[in-house]
Amino acid sequence: MEYWNPKVERLSAEELKQLQERKLRRLVENAYEYSSFYKKRFAAAGVSPHDIRSLEDIQQLPFTHKTDLRDTYPTGMFSVPQSQIVRFHVSSGTTGVPTVVGYSANDIDVWTTCLARSLTACGLGRGDVVQVAYAYGLFTGGLGLHYGVEEIGAAVLPVGAGTTTRQISLMKDLGTTAIACTPSYLLHIGEVAESMSIDIASQTQLRAGILGAEPWSLESRKRIEQNLGIKAYDIYGTSEMSGPLFTECSAQNGIHAWADHFLIEIVDDYGGPVEEGEKGELVVTTLSKEALPLIRYKMGDITSLVWEECECGRTHPRIMRIQGRVDDMIVVRGVNVFPSQIESVLMQIPEVGDHFQIVVDRAGPMDVMAVKIEVTESTLSDRIGALMQLEERVAKQLRDVLMVNAKVELVERGTLPRSSGKSQKVIDLRQI
Amino acid sequence: MRMVTNKMLKQITLFAENKPGRLASATKILSENGINIRAFTIADSGEFGIIRFVVDDADASLRHLRRADFTVSETKVIGLEMPDTPGALWEISRALSDNDINVDYAYAYASATPNKAILILQASDLKKAVGLLTELGFHLIESSP
Repeated sequence: MEYWNPKVERLSAEELKQLQERKLRRLVENAYEYSSFYKKRFAAAGVSPHDIRSLEDIQQLPFTHKTDLRDTYPTGMFSVPQSQIVRFHVSSGTTGVPTVVGYSANDIDVWTTCLARSLTACGLGRGDVVQVAYAYGLFTGGLGLHYGVEEIGAAVLPVGAGTTTRQISLMKDLGTTAIACTPSYLLHIGEVAESMSIDIASQTQLRAGILGAEPWSLESRKRIEQNLGIKAYDIYGTSEMSGPLFTECSAQNGIHAWADHFLIEIVDDYGGPVEEGEKGELVVTTLSKEALPLIRYKMGDITSLVWEECECGRTHPRIMRIQGRVDDMIVVRGVNVFPSQIESVLMQIPEVGDHFQIVVDRAGPMDVMAVKIEVTESTLSDRIGALMQLEERVAKQLRDVLMVNAKVELVERGTLPRSSGKSQKVIDLRQI
Repeated sequence: MRMVTNKMLKQITLFAENKPGRLASATKILSENGINIRAFTIADSGEFGIIRFVVDDADASLRHLRRADFTVSETKVIGLEMPDTPGALWEISRALSDNDINVDYAYAYASATPNKAILILQASDLKKAVGLLTELGFHLIESSP
């Protein structure tokens, strides 16, 4: 088993928690002293740094949200003077004002170190060729992975958001062994390679995918691994945290969250702590970030956290599979539905293609949900009854899992959106 | 022992959402590539349909339609030359029914040979149907030039 930093990665849970406690106290003191934003927030909540002595005391601190970053646009939550900033990233403002994140030199180092540990845990190192197919530029995916790959001494192939045929020819010609991109984009690469008569499993060196930036199910993972003959590792991290940071290890059983730099909490709907292993919303406190420290930042991702030592020997807690987003949840006829549940059902049905879209609308006073799936050549039958039966069978399996009716619609191949960023999987046409 | 022939015809099945212009764009591609449609039929579910074609060059049609991103597949069907006279279809359907073979769908076109029609048949047991019809002395075509 290879570790990037065996000593740190295998500290006991007790040692990690002591370290977190020390760093939390210092973080809160610094935030109070250097950030007018946090000073005001703490005052409004009636807490002062002296109240924060143990890890449990963190519950006295108020949560922060994405709206705080927007409200203080561009740099109102920064805690260092401009002269210490060495980089900016900006998230796209698809839902409003963009959010700006800043990094000190040390912030970049910590980010890179976290990724070096993570990529090593994915079995990568010197001799590997890692194709970064995340966008470079304001998005954190491209540059983040780039630095991480260089740090472990592997070769980085910075294709970025290039054309897919180019991704494939370079992958083949330069012997790419791992690719970093979104899972839906890797599926798309697979489709395009097939149309170019290239079999990724047998005609390239590709053996690993570092996949994230959008939710994906275990069934999608299975499909990717089988179709492309690779191991597909989940990666987690958002621009607010720095960028992509944590991945699974070879055990592929949870994402190792480096606890010396990040304190992860899971909270219930009311903000209270859940039992270890229980599902809730992921809340992040950055223990090492200087430029833009986050204290109890609500990520909106629904998952659970496990502190049990992993079979790989790493002791840092694991973020289990992301099951959806608080804001992805759609309420259809009073029933909570997550796109990830739908994906999970669809990917278990071999006749269903790799892409889908959910359309929610209202017919009179009633919500109606349609799930669009593409017809593939292997599914296409000359008997229309067979296709209609497929629709019914998928609808039944969806109903069994979701407890709400979904109308299944077959659509032509290539007509549903494929994305290299976050997939547009849900269209809500309801006007309320 | 009797030789069982495996004479079957290639049919193209194309998936199309039920919206204006889909038949037009598919047939435009065939037209631009000089492919002659001998017969076709549409089955629809309300929201989508499948269009089945018998053409003079099935392989080329598949290639061109695929390139234009249509979802297409190839199926084997029976192409049966039958006399264009009263009772001909009855004779065929009775033979199939007596042998417990179900007709899934069928369509027809007039043959280039005078007083002959070509019947396109899909059956629940295609091999059995081919064997039976050959035995009964029908002429099965393998291509439709």
